[in-house]
Amino acid sequence: MAKRKSSPNQGEMLQGTLDLLILRTLALGPAHGHTVAYAIERQSEDVLQVEHGSLYPALHRLEDRGWIASFWGTSENNRRARYYRLTRAGRQQLTEQTNRWEAMVRAINRILKPA
Amino acid sequence: MSIRRFFHRRWWDEERARELESYVAIETDENVARGMAPREARLAAERRLGNRTLIREDIYHMNTVAFLDNAWRDVRYAARLLRLNPAFAVVAILSLALGVGANTAIFQLLNAVRIRTLPVKTPNELVEVRLAEPVGGRTGRFMGRRPMLTYPLLEQVRDRQQAFSGLAAWNNTTFNLTTGGEARYALGLLVNGDFFTTLGVHPFAGRVFTASDDVRGCAAPGAVISYGFWQREFGGDGSALGRPLRLEGRSFPIVGVTPPEFFGVDVGRTFDVALPLCAEPLVKPNSDLDKPDVWFLGLFGRLNPGWTLERATAHLEAISPNIVRATLPPRYRAEDAQHYLQFKLAAYPAGTGVSNLRRDYESPLWLLLATTALVLIIACANLANLMLARATAREREIAVRLAIGASRGRVIRQLLAESLLLSTIGAAGGVLLAGWLSQFLVGFLTTENSRVFLDLSTDWRVFAFTAALAVATCLLFGLTPAIRATAAAPGAAMKSGSRGSTDSRERFGLRRGLVVVQVALSLVLVVGALLFVRSLRNLVILDSGFRQTGVLIANLDLHGASIARENRRAVFNDLVARVRALPGVDAAAETFIVPVSGSGWNNRIVVNGEVRKENVNFNAVGIGYFRTMGTALLAGRDFDDRDTPASGKVAIVTEQFAKKFFGGENPIGRTFQIQEGVGVERPVYNIVGLVKDAKYTNLREEFTPIALLAASQDAVPDDPYLQIVLRSGAPLTTITSEVTAALTEANPATIIQFQTMNAVVRDSLLRERLMATLSGLFGLLAGVLATIGLYGVMSYMVERRKNEIGIRMALGADRGDVVGMIMREAGALVAAGMVVGGLAAVGAGRWASTLLFGLRPGDPSTLMLAIAALAAVAGVASYVPAWRASRLEPTEALREE
Repeated sequence: MAKRKSSPNQGEMLQGTLDLLILRTLALGPAHGHTVAYAIERQSEDVLQVEHGSLYPALHRLEDRGWIASFWGTSENNRRARYYRLTRAGRQQLTEQTNRWEAMVRAINRILKPA
Repeated sequence: MSIRRFFHRRWWDEERARELESYVAIETDENVARGMAPREARLAAERRLGNRTLIREDIYHMNTVAFLDNAWRDVRYAARLLRLNPAFAVVAILSLALGVGANTAIFQLLNAVRIRTLPVKTPNELVEVRLAEPVGGRTGRFMGRRPMLTYPLLEQVRDRQQAFSGLAAWNNTTFNLTTGGEARYALGLLVNGDFFTTLGVHPFAGRVFTASDDVRGCAAPGAVISYGFWQREFGGDGSALGRPLRLEGRSFPIVGVTPPEFFGVDVGRTFDVALPLCAEPLVKPNSDLDKPDVWFLGLFGRLNPGWTLERATAHLEAISPNIVRATLPPRYRAEDAQHYLQFKLAAYPAGTGVSNLRRDYESPLWLLLATTALVLIIACANLANLMLARATAREREIAVRLAIGASRGRVIRQLLAESLLLSTIGAAGGVLLAGWLSQFLVGFLTTENSRVFLDLSTDWRVFAFTAALAVATCLLFGLTPAIRATAAAPGAAMKSGSRGSTDSRERFGLRRGLVVVQVALSLVLVVGALLFVRSLRNLVILDSGFRQTGVLIANLDLHGASIARENRRAVFNDLVARVRALPGVDAAAETFIVPVSGSGWNNRIVVNGEVRKENVNFNAVGIGYFRTMGTALLAGRDFDDRDTPASGKVAIVTEQFAKKFFGGENPIGRTFQIQEGVGVERPVYNIVGLVKDAKYTNLREEFTPIALLAASQDAVPDDPYLQIVLRSGAPLTTITSEVTAALTEANPATIIQFQTMNAVVRDSLLRERLMATLSGLFGLLAGVLATIGLYGVMSYMVERRKNEIGIRMALGADRGDVVGMIMREAGALVAAGMVVGGLAAVGAGRWASTLLFGLRPGDPSTLMLAIAALAAVAGVASYVPAWRASRLEPTEALREE
């Protein structure tokens, strides 16, 4: 409910891709917000710069939809941190969104690079 | 999901704050590890995260259900507005509280009397077993509040039926708690052994009866008492169990207490003490258990699993022929016997219990509910008018809101929030008011002789009813003004000055329409009120044929005095003589029946050897009865000392009697016989006197033929009960104590109960008084509300048209012209309302016709009276604003623009 238009600065990322990236990151195992932010940056070889703050509303939204679940745990350097893990529904969502993304990329590529 | 988060959104906010803090801590650690100074490391971490407040707000909004959040804001805004205008708020809340309170109170009564099921186990399985309708008349004696079956019939049903898992039979009676002096009665129940188990009533303390308690000829049965009686008489003391309870001079050990909510099966009444039916011979001077023509029992059955009402009725019908054959009263004459043998038993729904109160008051209560609903509608019309005025005043504010982008729905919601707040507070006040009002009504219905008991606790139905009222009223007075207020194009609203020279005709049209509706509805209510008040007046002033004021009735119970049957006549005569000899007593006489008390004795008579069809009412009275009651003797003689058990039987008859049976000729010297049962002697009565007609059963009836027999000729009175009427000018307390002293001196075990004739008459007019009082009250309220409405609209109209009036006056209209103009406008509204209301009143009158007396629903004089009264107040209500308009200074009025 309540989809107020919010303006988290999502950098140059396309609308909705942040959700996909978070789900993908969490598919590797439970992680807290800090780890997720760095993981996305690192794996994109610093191409995708996430403003770390914008991650939290996204995490909240995903949890609200039941795609991820959270629990408090202890971080590698002994700090309390909220961990997120993928739920069964989230895993399904990840597959669907990945497929959709790939389809879209193929379509755009066909337009940009007509063979 | 979101709803749950909505209620925990504060917690979630803190949770997210903690999470963000944890991010900063981790990032700071890593920055330090990369070689930054701690202070710098933390700042860098904060920068990396971004604006913390923005993030939290973002998440907070996700958790918010926008509608609820806005609603809450609207309610707070509305509350602020109401605080700014307390006069409006008070008027609105008060009128709503009155309206809702009256409705809720009447509904509470209806709910208790009509709708609610008995507080027993699965009440819907209960059915009442009685003779199938139409019964067409039964012969015999009838006692108690539900005289449906005789004891022999009960035994037969019990032994032959297969439809029910249990039978509950009962008789309402009273048990005297004292052994001498002024009587004190407990409300009693005589019940069969299975009564409590069939109903599924478990004891609160001790035990309830079982089949083994109710064995014919029981010598020392126990008593089960109600929770209320236990509290009242024993202070709820557990040691009351096992203690002896004295009833009718005998003692019965208390064996148990019923739960607080159980009041029996008779809605409108409760009980104090229950005894098993086998105790009946112990508490009654003559047992009725073996009499096949004494109807005194009500009977419920609990349907066996799988049985329906129809199947039970079919089964009862099938076993009926054997049952009636086995119980045919031997005293019945051939005609009665033939009728009796055709009786069929049937089952009727009984989940809501049985109730005389329901029979007498259900339709008056529905009528009153309709009345209160109209009052509420009138109150809502007033509020709608006020809201319209407020909306007009806020026109510019609303225009601004709309202009800067508020949606129309959003603004309507905001305006409705104010109405909802008002109606909710009003309804809450109404519930408080209803509590008092319904208590007052129950008090109104309670008389000396019948204590009304109703469980008025608020159940879900009452709650739902009140909540529905609140919402309905809110929509009724709030919705249209809100829609109207937002209908104007913002531009136009902004452009029009702070006060236009005229107002849009359309908006005034609505306000005028509201006034017309108010006048129409209040005319209906005022007509109704006048009809009921005049009916009551007709009943009070009619010639009842007997005197009411100064007449006192003394009921004597002598069965503790153990007087031999054959001595009763002499003792009775002696007691009446003692009363008559008292200095304060002007006249006194014995009477078997007191007029309009509800008791009666009727039979057919034989004149010239022919059985006449018309029923005759009987009474047996002593010497001096007519003088005591102020009934004029028209011809012949009163009873006197010549009329003894040994002398020839004599009777005095009324004018109606003479008219019906002797064609209006002088009846003196004529004779008749009473059509008694088989084997009963039928003496010939010689008519010696003619008296004026008098009411017998109630004041509403036409005069009936009455034959009065001489009590002094009744050698052996059946029961040790004596009723004396006496006339006295002395104060009531003086005379009752004198009479009590004189009678207990003669016999200390005499139990006496007093009642004034005025009270008897008053109680017989209870329903009429209730309708007159309440409809009068509501009619008055409706009139006042409509007057306020008219006044408000006319004042507002004058206010809005100051300019126009100023111009008219500047152009030469004088004050009379202005007054005339305003009065004509008001007159048109009132007249329109009267036409609609008059038609509606005549139409609605049909519903009330059975409750009226001495006038028809469309009674023209009543209608005219109501119209005149309303017109008079309406005239005053509109004259004030008209006069104020005529006092306007034209120059000032024009300058105000």
